[in-house]
Amino acid sequence: MRTIHVAKIRDAVKELCLKANFELRPDVLKALKRALRKETDDRARGILADIIENASMARRREIAICQDTGMVPVFIWIGQGVRLAGGDLSAAVNEGVKRAYREGYLRTSVVDDPFLRKNTLTNTPVAVYTEIVRGSRVKIVVAPKGFGSENKSQVRMFKPTASEKDIKEFIVEVVRKAGPDACPPLVLGVGIGGTFDMAAHLAKVALLRPLGSRHNKRHIARLEAELLKRINALGIGPMALGGRTTALGVNIVTFATHIAGLPVAVNVSCHATRGAEKVL
Amino acid sequence: MKPKNMRIPFTKEDIKKLKAGDEVYLTGTIYTARDAAHKRLHDLIKKGKKIPVALKGAVIYYAGPTPGRRGRPIGSCGPTTSSRMDAFAPLLMRKGLSGMIGKGDRSKDVVRSVRKYGCVYFLATGGLGALLSMKVKKARRVAFKELGPEAIHELKVVDFPLIVGIDSKGRNIYDKTKWKKAGRT
Repeated sequence: MRTIHVAKIRDAVKELCLKANFELRPDVLKALKRALRKETDDRARGILADIIENASMARRREIAICQDTGMVPVFIWIGQGVRLAGGDLSAAVNEGVKRAYREGYLRTSVVDDPFLRKNTLTNTPVAVYTEIVRGSRVKIVVAPKGFGSENKSQVRMFKPTASEKDIKEFIVEVVRKAGPDACPPLVLGVGIGGTFDMAAHLAKVALLRPLGSRHNKRHIARLEAELLKRINALGIGPMALGGRTTALGVNIVTFATHIAGLPVAVNVSCHATRGAEKVL
Repeated sequence: MKPKNMRIPFTKEDIKKLKAGDEVYLTGTIYTARDAAHKRLHDLIKKGKKIPVALKGAVIYYAGPTPGRRGRPIGSCGPTTSSRMDAFAPLLMRKGLSGMIGKGDRSKDVVRSVRKYGCVYFLATGGLGALLSMKVKKARRVAFKELGPEAIHELKVVDFPLIVGIDSKGRNIYDKTKWKKAGRT
């Protein structure tokens, strides 16, 4: 049995929150540079160049890439050969986030109650997702995400007999309805299958997969490529002022589902799709 | 096309010269206000009470910035989604607001009020918080401090880069876009 002190997890969470907010994910930056090379619209090119410059400024000066430093989901995969010592895991994770947001001059965007809406001024509590897996290591991923795009996300429960065409149309429509508000060019996380709640979770997890990678099932990889092509043909473009760059990537995660249903969730994310990970 | 330099306060003539799609470098004092501050301003006005900022000729920036590191007036400070303020904006324009800065499209009601009161709605690029931060020379919280990042901040900006989204004639930059036209059919 390997023992890991929760203080180590707290410190890792803090470090990852800072990194995610100051350093744009390398795969996202690469996709932006590729989009700039391929973009033909003048205004769109200017905006893409500004976005790339913003990422470099944020990194150099340690200023948040975007002022919406998000409500942070923290994913932890805990090897079953690990014993966590020294206190409560959730408290340690929350403390890590709190320290990062205070010491990193990040925005505290969390209110205590959906109706009373008092800012907690610590950016906590956060959503902690733990999963027990094989092995003796702990993997932590943080993915702070703005709510401009979160607000445009949707879940729909399709009939099991729905066609692939119906599902594609739904996903494209989510993007069209998001218009300028979700800060295009977007990254789309799509969860298909499971249950109502699981589809939404899969959509979020899909955003963690590096852009440019393909789904290992061929029919899903084909669907990703087709969706990306259709979405970029919408002509929304950066800031929704036109151009061929509406999305940088479409990542799909699937799971088994029930005979009576076909849940589909789309988690819309912005051009500043952030995240950082560490293995202890 | 070279961006136009504009200074706050605007004259009615300054605003009339702007056309949807024009690029502008804005210099002067602006006020941040987002959801919670808008709700409060709206409720105070409706109750006939005094509000903590002078709206006449003012420009509101829909933003909730990150705090500034030592030596910097402010941190990351890009725009938030404007449409969430649509329900409150017409009343503020009626009370003298002359400009709004945010990201995204607005409701028909907002477009109508922009035209009626001779205002202007500017777009700032979403997700450029670090770059836009460099255009802010001074900042202080002036009202609703308990709202934390949603407090009203007074920002002194120099050459803040914007695009005219809706001009005083009610022309909307998004009306010409392919995606919005497709949505109407």
